[in-house]
Amino acid sequence: MASPKIQSLPHAVSELVHDGDVVALEGFTHLIPFAAGHEIIRQGRRDLTLVRMTPDLVYDQLIGAGCASKLVFSWGGNPGVGSLHRMRDALSTGWPAPLTIEEHSHAGMANRYVAGASGLPFAVLRGYAGTELPEHTDTISTVTCPFTGEELAAVKAINPDVAVVHAQRADRDGNVQLWGILGVQKEAVLSATRALATVEEVVDELTPVPGAIVLPAWVLDAVAVAPRGAAPSYAHGYYERDNAAYKAWDATSRDRESFTTWLKTLQEDAS
Amino acid sequence: MMSVAASRSLRDGQSCFVGIGLPSTAANLARRLHAPALVLIYESGTIGTEPDELPLSIGDGILVDSALSVVSVPEIFNYWLQPGRIDVGFLSGAQIDRFGNINTTVIGEYDEPAVRLPGSGGAPEIAASCREVIVVMRQRLRAFVSQVDFVTSVGHGSGPGDRARLGLRGAGPVRVITDLGVLEPDPDSAELVLTALHTGVTIEQVHAETGWELEVSPDLRITAPPTEQELTTLRGLRTVGSSS
Repeated sequence: MASPKIQSLPHAVSELVHDGDVVALEGFTHLIPFAAGHEIIRQGRRDLTLVRMTPDLVYDQLIGAGCASKLVFSWGGNPGVGSLHRMRDALSTGWPAPLTIEEHSHAGMANRYVAGASGLPFAVLRGYAGTELPEHTDTISTVTCPFTGEELAAVKAINPDVAVVHAQRADRDGNVQLWGILGVQKEAVLSATRALATVEEVVDELTPVPGAIVLPAWVLDAVAVAPRGAAPSYAHGYYERDNAAYKAWDATSRDRESFTTWLKTLQEDAS
Repeated sequence: MMSVAASRSLRDGQSCFVGIGLPSTAANLARRLHAPALVLIYESGTIGTEPDELPLSIGDGILVDSALSVVSVPEIFNYWLQPGRIDVGFLSGAQIDRFGNINTTVIGEYDEPAVRLPGSGGAPEIAASCREVIVVMRQRLRAFVSQVDFVTSVGHGSGPGDRARLGLRGAGPVRVITDLGVLEPDPDSAELVLTALHTGVTIEQVHAETGWELEVSPDLRITAPPTEQELTTLRGLRTVGSSS
């Protein structure tokens, strides 16, 4: 018998993601939770603070659909292709909803998640010195080392209301296993108040895989089966990154009309 | 020529933190030519990758399959980059200034930019912590500016001694390789000066694409043209998923 943690994706999203929440969908080019992002769009969530190191297509879609009021990030683009047109439109004209930003470097964001997962109020790193970001981002500061007197960068912990990650598989108890590029998924889940994992499949037993990590069922609130749930990004060992889709998004997202057509198709195409 | 010149500046056995695009092409070219033991590290956490095609993003599966090790993103920045373990950081940008500071954040004012760029990514800490930094960028007047609109990654700040004052432990940009030639910081002023022209390029061309009064080194070199082997290898580099 499957654990009650294993739920349908629409049910899990409606239970865990609320209007106004701070939401982190993580996955560093790999295992990006697209299916969950699309479900958030379908359910019409509003006023979300979207947190993600690399807001790429999935956040461009959420922003274009009007789900977000704030973006917390460290690199916003379509990797190897170009800009995020919906993000740019929201920032420059406020369409379809005004968007504010809180901008960091990758090292800063990664350490903010580490602090959040560790139950600490902030993290220390060698970073940002001489750059102009600290003038614009109030979650970057400095701290003096009590042992050496050295001044180091300090970044505020991230503790999202809900973290969403995608993984290769779960067992019937809801323990989740993922491997390949690990990104900050573990840190995102452990830093969040609530956590949802989507998976390619549920299996009887999690066979060990070199380099894999396991998120125990008891740190997750729900596990939802979403085959190809990371596409057009990829799930190592299951399917490859659809580079053509990333390139095609550039044209789809470039103007509001073609994006709106895409959005209608998504909303009608209930998974 | 730019990719070939950039690949030549990598030495065998070095470890290299690679950004996507031009740096990735140059680093993979070097590994196929004179530097087979070059250790390629991508910010996605892949260490010692040997991809047989070029990745489109810094996290393509091809980087994992060929990697010696794959670590999480906090680990790659905290354990591998931050302590100064990496020899060379390979960067690019939208703007670079006379002191090698790089902008990948905004063109114009931060709050109301003319152009919103992708942002920092790993670049600020790569520029701070690698033992040296090599920049690969097309030389255009709008990109080679006297002062960048936004300092995303620190080069030599506003002059000599700035890096030390900021506590940045790497040497910073030691070379800027463009499609026209090579710029290197003057040892006294830390300002970039023209130290090499690629074959067939004139000093006037370089001046026309530089937004400050670029000084020319008295020992100006001419880059050797690409060899047959370099060109063949470069043309043989396919990007994953490309049709050609």
